[in-house]
Amino acid sequence: MNSSQTQGLLVEFASGEELLNAVRRVRRELPNFAFEAYSPCAVEGMDEALGYRRDGVASWMLLGAVIGGVGTYALEWYSAVFNYPINVGGRPTASWPAFLPAALEMTVLGAAVFGVLAMLIGNGLPRLNHPLFDAKAFERASADRLFMLVHWHDPNIDIQPVRELCRSLSALAVEEVSQ
Amino acid sequence: MSALRGDAAQPFLLAPRQTHSTVTEAVSGISLQRHFGWYWLSGLAVALALCSLLLFGVGWLLRQGVGIWGINMPVAWAFAICNYVWWIGIGMGGTFISGALYLAREDWRSSINRYAEAMTVFAVAVSGIFPILHLGRPWFFYWLFPYPDVMKVWPQWRSSLEWDFFAILAYLSVSILYWYVGMIPDLATLRDRAPTLRTARFYGFLALGWRGEARQWRRFESLSLLLAGLAVPLVFSVHSMVALDFSEAAAPGWHSTIFPPFFVAGALFSGFAMVLVLGIPMRRMLGLEDYITVRHLNNLAKVMLAAGLVVTYGYFSEVFSAFYSMDRYELAVMLRRFTGAYAWTFWGTIVCNVLSIQLLWFARVRSNAMVLFGIAFAVLIGMWLERFMLIVTTLYQDFVPSSWGMYYPTFWDIAFLIGSMGLFLLMFLLFVRILPVVSMFELRKLVRKGEGSSA
Repeated sequence: MNSSQTQGLLVEFASGEELLNAVRRVRRELPNFAFEAYSPCAVEGMDEALGYRRDGVASWMLLGAVIGGVGTYALEWYSAVFNYPINVGGRPTASWPAFLPAALEMTVLGAAVFGVLAMLIGNGLPRLNHPLFDAKAFERASADRLFMLVHWHDPNIDIQPVRELCRSLSALAVEEVSQ
Repeated sequence: MSALRGDAAQPFLLAPRQTHSTVTEAVSGISLQRHFGWYWLSGLAVALALCSLLLFGVGWLLRQGVGIWGINMPVAWAFAICNYVWWIGIGMGGTFISGALYLAREDWRSSINRYAEAMTVFAVAVSGIFPILHLGRPWFFYWLFPYPDVMKVWPQWRSSLEWDFFAILAYLSVSILYWYVGMIPDLATLRDRAPTLRTARFYGFLALGWRGEARQWRRFESLSLLLAGLAVPLVFSVHSMVALDFSEAAAPGWHSTIFPPFFVAGALFSGFAMVLVLGIPMRRMLGLEDYITVRHLNNLAKVMLAAGLVVTYGYFSEVFSAFYSMDRYELAVMLRRFTGAYAWTFWGTIVCNVLSIQLLWFARVRSNAMVLFGIAFAVLIGMWLERFMLIVTTLYQDFVPSSWGMYYPTFWDIAFLIGSMGLFLLMFLLFVRILPVVSMFELRKLVRKGEGSSA
């Protein structure tokens, strides 16, 4: 990718409160810029600060649960009632209470598999490399530093307000990155 | 706070003055250090030796059949089923810590959940070997799985053994997913701190490119919460189904409604015992005393005591219902447990599982790592004896006296038991060497909450 096309400023912080404050200010004062926050553990209040609402993981898990449970039950019912019915002393072939345990287990398994896939795909993983990893300071994003990336696509945009805002924040360092 | 209660020498969940950096350095340092002490290597040697014994045993079993074990008619179930129930029960410790305690927002789980989950994955994997080998023709185990085969028959959906197959399948898969997904942020930490490119590639591959983006954390946290919510009913259902293997049979001593909750409590009991047995040496050898503190041991001991009391109630209820029923076969089995040929397993169970845990009422015992290790070890032995007692005392003298018989373990029975311990130990030692043993990102959250910031 041409490095002159997308540019960004990576701002480094020492604490979650400072990052939250920065995110809130960028969102309020710089509506023309895109931004993203990075932290070594989830920061409480970050979802609200970024304006996230639903992430869809729960809905996918529900779908997985229904597929796993209903699918297993349907398979049991088909095989025991239609495909290979066995008459044991006149007992009903569709013995639903005995079909529940396997269906229950597959409900949980279906939900878990769909949930993990929804998390990974929604998060764009696996993606082993990323331009951000080239930033030297970003190594500590998984240890003890928090980062905010303010980025823009338009090469002619005036980035002076971003630099001014960065100066007024209690940032440890500001690094220019290209994506 | 709990210093006022005086029940623990160290009231905080983290040693004083911990920061994000110290947590990261201490935990990732374990996996990234070049040399691991002689104790790890000697443990590995023992584990490998036992594993080869197991491997040799499996080969011999495939050639000769299950007759190499001491099982016979009437005692068609013995060590293999015992080992299976014991191992899968141990697995519950990790699932309960990472599931139920997460839902209950118990902060003290944060530093123990990773190795407890690893313990679960390994214990369940080891347990799954036994029912398969016990099949007689283990190479046909996939017949348990419903697929359109040329024989045009289906699995028997009404059999508790079939339910068990699905239970183990779901439990093992969900445990692995939960454990691995929960490790991704920590694997990213190891990737970023790796000293060589090769190490970085190894952890980078496992970390799947995790960046710690706020959006990624959001989905990650949603998934963790939902998986925790699923893990709790899953683990209860799994142990209930293990119990149904027994209580679905119309055999005295097995055919009882107390079995599912009794097995769930027994699983929790032995699971917490194993968490202590693994954790106490591990915190010492890896220098994790700042993270797995005396308060953790104290809490684990309390849960173990509570689970043990429920198990005690289960024993009492079995005796009571046998006498209350006045069923002559139930009574006969119960009296045989007290005085029969295998009475020592019953009384051994009572000593290990009922009497030894009474020491845990004392706060001084709960904060003494050595004594706690001894009690937890006794509980593990007791829980194995309990399964042996439950299985063999019901089987060896059944309804018809002409078919009574004894069960004696053979060399191979013992070999499979200690071999399975070797396999478990091998997996756990490799885990400790390679993967992050404590959840760093959860400890960072504790640091944020101010645990350990003052002393």
